[in-house]
Amino acid sequence: MQNPYMPYPVRIDEIITETEDRNLKTFKFVFLNPGDEDKFSYRAGQFAELSVTGKGEIPIGIASSPTEKGFVKFTVNKVGLVSSYLHSMKVGEIMGIRGPLGNSYPWDTLEGKNVVIIGGGFAFTTLRSSIVSMLDPANRKKFKDINVIYGARTPGMLLYRDELATWERRDDIKMHITVDAANDPDWKYNVGFVPAITEKKAPKADADTYAIICGPPVMIKFTQPVLDKLGYGHDHIIMSLENRMKCGIGMCGRCNIGKEFVCKDGPVFTLAQLNATPREY
Amino acid sequence: MLGYIDKIREISKRLLDEGRVDMVVGFRKGSMPMMNEPSFIKNSGEVSKLVWDSNCGINLANYLTDRKEKIGVIAKGCDSRNIVTHILENKIKRDQLVIIGVPCKGMIDRRLITAMFDTEVREVNEKGDTVTVKGAGFEKKLKKSDILQDNCSKCIHRNPVLYDELAAPLVEEQKDIDRYAEVRRIEAMSPQEKWQYFEDLIAPCIRCYACRNACPLCYCPTCFVDESRPQWVGKSQDETDIRTFHFLRAYHCAGRCTDCGACERACPVGIKVRQFTSKLNKDCLDMFGWEAGVLPDQRPPLDTFKPADPGDFIK
Amino acid sequence: MKVMKIDKNDWAGGIGKIQSSYRLYGPVKGDAFHDFKALEKGELPDLNFLNTRISPKSVVYPQSEIMFEYSLDEKNPDHHIMKDAAKDYSPKAILGIRPCDAASFLLVKRNFDTTEYKDPYWIRSYEATTFIGYACNNPCSTCFCTTAGSGPFNEDGLDILLTDAGDCWYAKAITEKGEKLLNAAGWNTIAAGGSLKKIASLKKEAEAKISSLVSTDQLNNKKTTELYEAPFWEDVSFACINCGTCTFLCPTCWCFDIQDENSGCSGVRMKNWDSCMFPLFTIHGTGHNPRGTKLHRVRQRFMHKLKYYVDKYENGIQCVGCGRCIRSCPVNIDIRRVCDMMNSYDPEACACPVK
Repeated sequence: MQNPYMPYPVRIDEIITETEDRNLKTFKFVFLNPGDEDKFSYRAGQFAELSVTGKGEIPIGIASSPTEKGFVKFTVNKVGLVSSYLHSMKVGEIMGIRGPLGNSYPWDTLEGKNVVIIGGGFAFTTLRSSIVSMLDPANRKKFKDINVIYGARTPGMLLYRDELATWERRDDIKMHITVDAANDPDWKYNVGFVPAITEKKAPKADADTYAIICGPPVMIKFTQPVLDKLGYGHDHIIMSLENRMKCGIGMCGRCNIGKEFVCKDGPVFTLAQLNATPREY
Repeated sequence: MLGYIDKIREISKRLLDEGRVDMVVGFRKGSMPMMNEPSFIKNSGEVSKLVWDSNCGINLANYLTDRKEKIGVIAKGCDSRNIVTHILENKIKRDQLVIIGVPCKGMIDRRLITAMFDTEVREVNEKGDTVTVKGAGFEKKLKKSDILQDNCSKCIHRNPVLYDELAAPLVEEQKDIDRYAEVRRIEAMSPQEKWQYFEDLIAPCIRCYACRNACPLCYCPTCFVDESRPQWVGKSQDETDIRTFHFLRAYHCAGRCTDCGACERACPVGIKVRQFTSKLNKDCLDMFGWEAGVLPDQRPPLDTFKPADPGDFIK
Repeated sequence: MKVMKIDKNDWAGGIGKIQSSYRLYGPVKGDAFHDFKALEKGELPDLNFLNTRISPKSVVYPQSEIMFEYSLDEKNPDHHIMKDAAKDYSPKAILGIRPCDAASFLLVKRNFDTTEYKDPYWIRSYEATTFIGYACNNPCSTCFCTTAGSGPFNEDGLDILLTDAGDCWYAKAITEKGEKLLNAAGWNTIAAGGSLKKIASLKKEAEAKISSLVSTDQLNNKKTTELYEAPFWEDVSFACINCGTCTFLCPTCWCFDIQDENSGCSGVRMKNWDSCMFPLFTIHGTGHNPRGTKLHRVRQRFMHKLKYYVDKYENGIQCVGCGRCIRSCPVNIDIRRVCDMMNSYDPEACACPVK
């Protein structure tokens, strides 16, 4: 019997401080046992439990893309006991990851469609995974237009800044990067909150266009009416939720919204699905 | 005490009708013998739902804090002492409350009565000082004074210490009660005996925290057992962690406990958790002449300093 | 299936024989009530009880269970890597379990044994267990098993059903596992022809004694969001003190926490029972709590048992009607009352002041 609680042992291979407040770091892990990388076969939008031995586990969205081989990447916000300890760890240290967990973005549905990605703050991790995956030469032709609206408080709080710049230069993806306020005189992108930029830049709704939205509650609260105004049906708005989790496999009982477990039946739901459940997230 | 209810309903109706309170917190009839459920009414048409008998042992002071309404609360002696404590600790404002005082003759011990019979107790009625217990094939009359909760049998504050309305004339307080015989018995034990005694006492604990949550004193936003940064106490059934919980919980109640018995009454596995708090109550009485919740205008001994305080614990 | 007759004189001897090949658990009386314990060699279960205070779920699913061990000592070549803890899955038997409690394991199995994931601890422990049920001749007034998918003689989840027929025991083997245990006990006298009839009549008598019922037929038809927003939750939750009594005593509550506990340079990762009644259960690292009030938490407990579970598995409510939560709730919150409120809830007829 496969033990779903047993993490794969990994080594920290690289740590990148992502944001100017130093509260977000990206950890690149390599598997200690050769076969484990294949077993950890994932899709963009899934998450894993990062297991810090002696401290506990935290559910974190997978930031690397299935198209990137040889490692997995996670961007972790420093919040609680485990994430704070993880932030103090060094390259070369041993820990574990358990997964992949959850359902991923609905890639079968999205094939052949326009995809609008709307992200805010540090909730851009699985969106990065999605973008890298969609832009892979083997995959790009499976999708029509790709629009990305991504905002943070300041330029220094944007994740993956080098990659954002690279994507800006491509013609097969339309980037709309924005900040609430720019303290950098050379800032050449948008200034304004995500909902406002969405209203200006997002394509009009049609049956072939899906929006994936991921961000802090306040961003979601104000972006949803914008999408309504643009005509997006609630079954065309895709969201990824976060809740306190422990097992990650739908057994420990804490992350449910109604009868759905965010860890196993989610974390990705359409807004139409969420409308039918209690909003306990 | 059965006769109190008409007066309680009359007062409640008046307070609600006159708009002096938004809700009355009291008891409604329980779904089992010897149980009533804490409940509220907001409409004077509902006062007939309120009940009062010897099964109202839950401390209603627990239901007053963090509420915005003006509340009428039915308070027996111990509840009123916990209300005083809440007021002293700024958990509630005096002018938010209308206290309907109930002179109390003690609550009956459900666990004791249940344990007296091999088969299920199906019906319990009281009349005056007689309690009639019925089940399949038996009926027994008991004297109420024989089946009181232990804390009630030792209570010397049956009358509310603070009230705005009174549901009945004050009752005579019990006198010449030896409240701390059990504490002295344990004090007399050798350290080894004490250790064993407390080990056995808490062995059945399942860490459900009913004792803590039933207690009006336990209102910390995050209890020390729930803190994760730093984590003071482990979460498993480890003996040291269980001990730590019980000892610290008791110490956190030192000088504040009114011996209302809510903790013991709530424990699903029958641990006599008052064994801890009784000792601290006795010490507070011996060292500071203090009983919690009796004086509405005096700070408890452990949050004040007086030059005359006994100091030999500082070495 | 076969029914054996056990002479009451052969009882103790049979128990002794079972213990030579099974770890045996049975009800034992403590100060004031019975609970399931591992029986010592020669110790007899005390079957003079209505039901145990705490459910027997811990025989399969301990309150604290070590999953992994690890070393934090970097000199150790496997430091920081989880290692399976030693486990004993040799045969065990639980004797004297009431039919309602036995049925609860089938409900809980739906959570721990799924097509996607299997909890190896629960499953292996469950599979190692033989369930020897003890039919209830005299159910309590708080038992509502017959309307909660079980009953005083219900055989679901049992390997053997013992019936006290006064002068003797009848042991009905329900599964092969059960037959095997009866053989091990040496209880192999086949009961006379009338035994099944006698059991059936005792069953009928017992069922007739169940005086408390719940209605669950409409739960599935209710809209989740409407039930969630029903106005009665304030009234239902008012008395609750948010202790974990109901969930810890319940045979069908399975929620747990995962914790690492260190001691010096080594430690263990363990599963501990948890409770939806505790605020900590759902609080986010940021401090945000999606179930931040006791109303949320009380509602979650009842909605889980009586609505979410019903919808998720389409196999009845997550409750077997054992009545423990009613008997032990310190403030008398009664699931029967809440179940009926939910089952009969009509948002249209709700007396909320509109205007």
